Amino acid sequence: MSESSPATQAAHPKDYTGAKLGMWLFLFTEVLLFGGLFILYAVYLQRYPEGFRLGGEQLNVWFGGGNTLVLLTSSLSVAMAITALQRGRVRQTMGLVGVTVAMAFCFLVNKYFEWSAKIHHGIYPSSPQLKELPAGEQVFFSIYYLTTGLHGIHVLVGMVMMGWVLLLIRRGKVNPEDYVTLENAGLYWHLVDLIWIFIFPLYYLIL
Amino acid sequence: MNQAASVSGQRGFWDASGGRRGIGTWVFSTDHKRIGLLYFYSTLAFFCVGVLLGLALRLELFAPGADLFTPQQYNALFTLHGVVMIFLFIIPGIPAAFGNLVMPIQIGAEDVAFPRLNLLSWWLYAIGAIMALTSLFTAGGAPDTGWTFYVPFSVRTTTNVSLATLAVFIIGFSGILTGLNFLVTIHRLRAPGMTWMRIPLFTWALYATAWVQVLATPVLGITVLLIFAERVIGTGLFDPTRGGDPIMYQHLFWIYSHPAVYIMILPAMGVVTDIIPVFARKPVFGYKAIAISSLAIAGAGSVVWAHHMVTSGMSDTAVMVFSLLTFLVAIPSAIKVFNWVATLYKGSIALDPPLLFALSFIFLFSIGGLTGLVLGAAATDVHVHDTYFVVGHFHFVMFGGTGFAYFAAMHYWLPKIYGRMYSRKAAVWGWALLTFGFIVLYMSMMIVGVEGMPRRYYDYLPKFTFWNQLSTIGSWILVLGLVIMFVNIFRGLLRGEPAGANPWGGASLEWQTSSPPPLENFDHEPEVTHGPYDFRKAGL
Amino acid sequence: MNEHDKGHIVPYATLVAVWAALLTLTIMTVAASRIDLGALNIWVALVIACSKSVLVIGFFMHMKYENRLFRLFLLVAVVTLTVFIGFTFFDVLYR
Repeated sequence: MSESSPATQAAHPKDYTGAKLGMWLFLFTEVLLFGGLFILYAVYLQRYPEGFRLGGEQLNVWFGGGNTLVLLTSSLSVAMAITALQRGRVRQTMGLVGVTVAMAFCFLVNKYFEWSAKIHHGIYPSSPQLKELPAGEQVFFSIYYLTTGLHGIHVLVGMVMMGWVLLLIRRGKVNPEDYVTLENAGLYWHLVDLIWIFIFPLYYLIL
Repeated sequence: MNQAASVSGQRGFWDASGGRRGIGTWVFSTDHKRIGLLYFYSTLAFFCVGVLLGLALRLELFAPGADLFTPQQYNALFTLHGVVMIFLFIIPGIPAAFGNLVMPIQIGAEDVAFPRLNLLSWWLYAIGAIMALTSLFTAGGAPDTGWTFYVPFSVRTTTNVSLATLAVFIIGFSGILTGLNFLVTIHRLRAPGMTWMRIPLFTWALYATAWVQVLATPVLGITVLLIFAERVIGTGLFDPTRGGDPIMYQHLFWIYSHPAVYIMILPAMGVVTDIIPVFARKPVFGYKAIAISSLAIAGAGSVVWAHHMVTSGMSDTAVMVFSLLTFLVAIPSAIKVFNWVATLYKGSIALDPPLLFALSFIFLFSIGGLTGLVLGAAATDVHVHDTYFVVGHFHFVMFGGTGFAYFAAMHYWLPKIYGRMYSRKAAVWGWALLTFGFIVLYMSMMIVGVEGMPRRYYDYLPKFTFWNQLSTIGSWILVLGLVIMFVNIFRGLLRGEPAGANPWGGASLEWQTSSPPPLENFDHEPEVTHGPYDFRKAGL
Repeated sequence: MNEHDKGHIVPYATLVAVWAALLTLTIMTVAASRIDLGALNIWVALVIACSKSVLVIGFFMHMKYENRLFRLFLLVAVVTLTVFIGFTFFDVLYR
């Protein structure tokens, strides 16, 4: 099945398997990009278990939990959008992709308030107040800001990508016969969710 | 370029401008051959820049004391030499330039899997290169950290390291996209009959390389981003006074940069593997062993990074584990060397320029590889760490290895792309001077290193003078060889005799199409019925 | 074979069931973090996060319905990341 037969090529001018394979490879590079930060996380957690515990206690589980709910639900909606498009229900698909975009926006708003609260308390990289804290907590908050910041950028990119796909669906460029773009955008969005699945317990639930 | 024209009225893809005009036929083309040539010209230009910088370094070192440059200028020079040669020449050199030129033809494809992404890769490379050059003249001046950007210096120096790290990030991204593209191309676009065991070994090497590009480069991405964040917002992750650990920077850096050595050398090994059987007129010895050893090198090479850090103060356990693992890489590398030699054994050898460069590769790379074991073994590494021995070893592997393979690839494949042949006699002269100059230049470095001269200093004790002068004289011979080689090859490619479809008598697919190849590589889709080195079945 | 290229259609019911399972696991991981298990806490959190990932990758990302090559690729990537993290501990753990 790795070789596409002439029959399928006739049905799809594009090489679907190839396109998805490329997207998966790209996702691996994203995983490894975050992997660098997770290496640092693992090493510093091993060195400063107490500092990480104290740092984690200062993060708001409700913000983190709320955003988990938002991302999981947006993942559901984009997965359903693919099913809907495969079944030829274009309007429903647009609705579901719209929900995903809205959820992504929700996530960012949530993140904005969460970060503002922390920064308001004087905890941000190289702030005077942070430099007073013990070494372990300083490191914790540095990695926290870097990881969630990088993740936030990915949410933003994912949101733009979803908005663009929405436009393509509306123009009929992505349709029940040719929907690999939606699938690939969906894959990217699920990756954003996957990384959050690890960020949430590792940062918010170290108690 | 235009002269590549009138070769028996056939200009192949050179004629297919895609409806664009002027420079647009190049920088907006999605044809893998044009993108390959873009990469070829740009990597070659940066190679020349790197050579000039290296020549300047050797001039400064001709005599002890301050001669031409201030210490600060010298620091900037070796940093630039490193950054330009590594990130702008060696890493993209063979995979992006010759990979793009040859790989799709070798597997019988019309193009790579994602042609527009391929063009984007080149654009990213060009943007990154421009940013790297901009960093020299803006803000605090040229970076002076060495190409490794080690903390804490890279965080504290007032030179323009921030922009340089972003440039490296973008160039890294370009490499990732090329790797991704090649992986999908090799998996999905092989011609009918092109089974995995009929893929030319150059393509196999690119396949292994692509995996390293995809999986290791992102770690470099995050590492340079961390340096950037460290400089801009002061995260303190590598600052011991704030709980950070500078050795973690070295881990992250080498997790990429050691595998990167295999991004540089694997395609080079692939070039040599493709050349040797053609000029020995014999099927390659141990096809499967060579193909698998490429993957083995990629795999084993990814787990040995900390052998660069033996004297950094990491744990003794790690020193021993990584030292042991390092020796594992020698096994697949040796398999390749033995297979090349076995292929030559009792062959009917044609000493044409590509083979000469390939032979130099085997000789110089073996020296580089074996001195690598001296550095890989912790006990000996402690003594020669950060001396000129390392510099010598490194150049034997990277220049003697990858550089010579790049030249071999030029002599082997460019007549296919341009449809014209260079002068073989001048090529032999260039090769001889190049090899001789190379050995004088870098062997002296190794000797002076064992005597104890540290690297990256712009001054040295008078007792090191002799070897340094010999080394500098070697650099002049080498440059003379380079000039002869480049002049000869470009004169040949513009005005030489028509090369014909198969000047060397190769059996792999790229020799079955015309020189230069047509836009989509073949007039009709090829059907593959035999292996890439099966000269008898190919009727040669 | 054509089915694979055409793409498997995952019914809404399955997707919603997976979503419910993910929410349950999220609640479980929060609950588990409130119990003091010492060093074990982090491993419990990781095991739950990995199970959630398996669900997302398998169903939302259609991995269950793709051909074997995709799973092989995924395995290579995961092993690489594990090795990068794990081997760093040869240093960190014994310094």
